[in-house]
Amino acid sequence: MKTNLRRVLIPIVSVFISLLVASVIILWIGEGGFGERFVFLGDAYRAMLKGAFGDTAAWMDTIIKMTPLILTGLAVGFGFRAGVFNIGAEGQMAMGALTATLFAVNASSFPAFIAIPLTVIVGMLAGSVWAGIAGFLKAKTGAHEVITTIMLNWIAYNITNWAVSGPFNDGLNNPRSPEIAEATKLPNILSSQATFMSYGILIAIAAAVVIYVILYKTSMGYEIKSVGFNPYASEYGGINVSKNIILTMAISGALAGLAGTLESMGLYYRFYGTLTSGKGFDGISIALIGQNNPFGIIFASLLISGLRTGSNQMQYVGVPKHIVTIIQSIIIFLVAAERIITSLLRLDKRKGGAA
Amino acid sequence: MSWLVALWETFTNPVFYKLTLSAATPLIFAALGGVFSERTGVTNIALEGIMLMGAFMGVAGTFLFGSPWIGLLLAIVCGMGLALLHAWASINFCADQIVSATALILLAQGLTGFLLEPIFGQPGSTPIFPKIPEVKLTFLGTDSFLYRMIGSLSPLVYIAFLLVIVSWFLIYKTRLGLRMRAVGENPEAADTLGVNVFRIRYFGVIMSGFFAALGGAYLSIGELGQFTENMTGGKGFIALAAMILGNWKPAGAMWACLLFGVAQALNQQLQSNPTLAISSTTKPLFNLLPFVITLIVVGGFVGRTRAPAADGVPYEKKG
Repeated sequence: MKTNLRRVLIPIVSVFISLLVASVIILWIGEGGFGERFVFLGDAYRAMLKGAFGDTAAWMDTIIKMTPLILTGLAVGFGFRAGVFNIGAEGQMAMGALTATLFAVNASSFPAFIAIPLTVIVGMLAGSVWAGIAGFLKAKTGAHEVITTIMLNWIAYNITNWAVSGPFNDGLNNPRSPEIAEATKLPNILSSQATFMSYGILIAIAAAVVIYVILYKTSMGYEIKSVGFNPYASEYGGINVSKNIILTMAISGALAGLAGTLESMGLYYRFYGTLTSGKGFDGISIALIGQNNPFGIIFASLLISGLRTGSNQMQYVGVPKHIVTIIQSIIIFLVAAERIITSLLRLDKRKGGAA
Repeated sequence: MSWLVALWETFTNPVFYKLTLSAATPLIFAALGGVFSERTGVTNIALEGIMLMGAFMGVAGTFLFGSPWIGLLLAIVCGMGLALLHAWASINFCADQIVSATALILLAQGLTGFLLEPIFGQPGSTPIFPKIPEVKLTFLGTDSFLYRMIGSLSPLVYIAFLLVIVSWFLIYKTRLGLRMRAVGENPEAADTLGVNVFRIRYFGVIMSGFFAALGGAYLSIGELGQFTENMTGGKGFIALAAMILGNWKPAGAMWACLLFGVAQALNQQLQSNPTLAISSTTKPLFNLLPFVITLIVVGGFVGRTRAPAADGVPYEKKG
């Protein structure tokens, strides 16, 4: 089977199956007879669609939520390309946002055209250092990045919590930082009712283009992909595997850091203890659905952010928002075990995957 | 100086040792699970998710059937079920084991969060239910240092240490254990000699579900009597680190878990130590302790331990 068709088909079928399973769960928690349960299911999905794409404000909400997801998806997907599983986008995002906010709060003396890029760079650097620790440990001692990045997530979580509830608190007893300087706030493109959409989405899409160019048009991207494909052959072929792993983690962390930075600069204008709230972990599902392709990742982000904004609406109908986590987990599971789908669709020429 | 006093007060307090044991117990269960799975050649970072499932189902079973023991049973069954999914994907379909396990962690988080409302009628956490009764060793004398240290613990604590010995015996002294190790080191050779690689791997992974679920159930119905959302808080990963530090051996993993138990107990005791009088805004920094230790240990020691040769490599029958 053609690999291109397969790369599109597998995520689509996975999404379809996961929605099917979610429907069964919704039918199960519904009350009353068979017919009433199906009406409930219809209401639930209608609420979801309305919440995600119902009107301009809903669309804007979806795009606002999509912005950090593109970046964390790129972060995880870029790592996958070099064979590293950066499960720490959450912590890198938090550290990026916290450091950028720290800088932005004190940046009132700069004009905007200097303050904005400077804050972005500070946030990206912080994320990249945080991820670089895991990259360094993997390259130098072989410590698995899954364990180290998860530990770094917890460390970041505790550090940021400590910072915004103690020394970096705004003095109003909420776990949040003071507001950032006016000059560092990202301008808005659009506003509707009480919703404002900043230029963040354009920065995120630009990042996807840059990552595409790095991966497909530069020798750096070639080396990174080669390390992911076969580290031993790469080493034999004269590619420095350790260097590339550290570099990949640093770029991956910079993307996650940017995700957090834009949340602070374009949406909240400060750092909240709950700023990341799982968006780093969403990056994993997004990278897998997007098949680690920068443009695939943009579409996957739209899908996941649509599910998220839609699930808020679904809660009013009576479906807990955790249904989205369940849907995501099934998608990841099926994409990981893609042979389940290929053997299901009989796409595999070999005798399925089963024993 | 106040630091030395605080440390002295901590080490001479029997509660410190009790806390160490109770913090190590869930880790020991989960780490043993890791040993079983990885010894047969399947990595299982889903321990975290299985623990969470175990913790939830322990309380759900207690609530639905009125007995924490039935809760424990339900936890084990569901934990093994989740592990079975991991086994199915990674053994039959050669899935990327890390990614498949990540999916299962998310599934456990999603399902437990989702089911809270329909079953208990409230989000976030469950009401408090009766725990598995503690074992009281009153013959030690209820005022004695030893009694306050190990005299009133959950039976699961003793079971955890017992299972370390059982696991050691099973892995090193039985035919099944020999086969497990063979399959984890060189599945081709084991296959040639007539060992059913798939079956042994299924056994290893499902056992990891059994152990990790026990660890999770300990957290809810062994210690707290309640389930709160995401209550495992990274313990599955700390257990994984302990297993690595313990060189994929039951006893080694147990010592590593005790080390993390000490870190946890130290953290709790120092935070509430009256001599240090730590302000509430600094306390979050102390919570870093177990995670920083794990990071240092994994980063510093992993090169000196050795994973089973075929760990994480799917096995495909040739021809």
